[in-house]
Amino acid sequence: MSKTVRIFVKGNEAVSRGALAAKCRCFFGYPITPQNEIPEFMSSEMPKAGGEFVQAESEVAAANMLLGAGACGVRAMTSSSSPGVSLKQEAISYMAGSEIPAVIVNMNRGGPGLGDIGPAQGDYYQSTRGGGHGDYRLLVLAPSTGQEAYDMTIQAFDLAFKYRNPVMVLGDAILGQMKEPITPWIPENIESEGGEDWRLDGANGREKRLIKSLFLEEGALAGQNQKLQAKYDAMKEMADAELFDTEDAELVVCAYGSIGRIAKSAVRKLRKEGKKVGLFRPKTLYPFPEKPLLKLAKEGKRFLTVEHNLGQMVDDVRLAIRTVADSDFFPIYPGNLPTPDDFEEPILKSLEGK
Amino acid sequence: MSRYLDSIIAGFGGQGVMLIGNLLAYAGMQEGLNVTYIPVYGPEMRGGTANCTVVLAEEEIGSPIIRRPTSLIIMNRPSLDKFQTRLQDGGINIINSSLVDMELADTKRVNCYAVPANEIADKLGNTRMANMVALGAFIEATKIMPLDAVVNSLDNVISAHYSHLIPKNAEALQAGADHIK
Repeated sequence: MSKTVRIFVKGNEAVSRGALAAKCRCFFGYPITPQNEIPEFMSSEMPKAGGEFVQAESEVAAANMLLGAGACGVRAMTSSSSPGVSLKQEAISYMAGSEIPAVIVNMNRGGPGLGDIGPAQGDYYQSTRGGGHGDYRLLVLAPSTGQEAYDMTIQAFDLAFKYRNPVMVLGDAILGQMKEPITPWIPENIESEGGEDWRLDGANGREKRLIKSLFLEEGALAGQNQKLQAKYDAMKEMADAELFDTEDAELVVCAYGSIGRIAKSAVRKLRKEGKKVGLFRPKTLYPFPEKPLLKLAKEGKRFLTVEHNLGQMVDDVRLAIRTVADSDFFPIYPGNLPTPDDFEEPILKSLEGK
Repeated sequence: MSRYLDSIIAGFGGQGVMLIGNLLAYAGMQEGLNVTYIPVYGPEMRGGTANCTVVLAEEEIGSPIIRRPTSLIIMNRPSLDKFQTRLQDGGINIINSSLVDMELADTKRVNCYAVPANEIADKLGNTRMANMVALGAFIEATKIMPLDAVVNSLDNVISAHYSHLIPKNAEALQAGADHIK
């Protein structure tokens, strides 16, 4: 694979190019800001790759088309932004219940309701707690740069098929709209279809297969939930995070996605002033990288979680470190645009234990 | 200190501030720098300005959004009102003096450069290239990269439909740089 040529693209385009590199061959979408560059790019490039692009009649339809393609073992994706992702939740629940691989991209915008078209992280709960009805989890990847948007979208397809589970790539309006150089690469040994032993591809000459989320026979649903639980437990091995300057830090700032990189600027500046601060940036939100965080807590560090919402990931931070420590919290309200300057004062306050 | 520059570029919608932001960032990438470009949303949209933020750095870039930039390109009066006070002490302020009264420039605290971008572009035969004049002046004032790097990037940010205008845009960049030499 060649890693030399850099191209200058929006995060939305990085996601789209990553999907095509991962041999995504079906895209179903419906327009909504700030992710419109994804369907725009896919509408011209997907047919060239020999795949199908459909602008559906609604987000609900797009999500159910995704379910159908996934059931056939096709690498398929949909993308939207917060209000649109809410509409997709029913199908996502069905996909989780019937173990259908799929990739869903959410470029998080301000909420609740229609909110605005600017960045926010208000969909953390929706993304990591299931979002639809029933007891299920998505794998949730949280890129903070254009390159990560590309890389994680490729990873998302691998994970979706590895675990037979919907995977969400959770960005925000900053990631989607920002342009940055990325180095595209093509993963090796990917087939555009997977799931030879379960996909619905015509029963001619083999036993018939059934993919469903309805389990009425006695014990069947409990068995299915037990199976899903075992799968979610197994996912924990791929939890991942970036640790920046945490080694000798007294205070560790926890932040993900775009806010993670903005907080990093604040951490760097304070480091130059001699303040012992570091950054913990989860790259997977589910599974949440509990182990490295607990390790930091056991080393006696204090924590400050900053998010572009009223406090959601902070719950997971607290759960991870609950036996030894707690975390302060600082919100940027959705509707406001965060800069590194906004984080300096709360970081200093937490560092001094105020 | 490694090379680092961040800039807010602001003006009326239609003055081409997004285009020169793109051009600056693209040229920075071609120069081997890390770069980010973001059109700014939210409350920024109100008040008569369109603006974008560009960061150019040798180090990895953290935030693509900057509250107090080290440089500005100001294409109109509302942009000056909005952003001049945010510019860091000693920062570089490229002001389109064709549309902004230079008496409003804070010459004590920051380095202001008056560039009559519209007049210079008019002389070249196209008012719409005032943005390129301003960017040329910006490159000369900041010395963040050679002007050639910007000129050579024009064909990557100007759509094929307008490719016949690339030589004129290059002239406008040069005229801007020459103005403050």
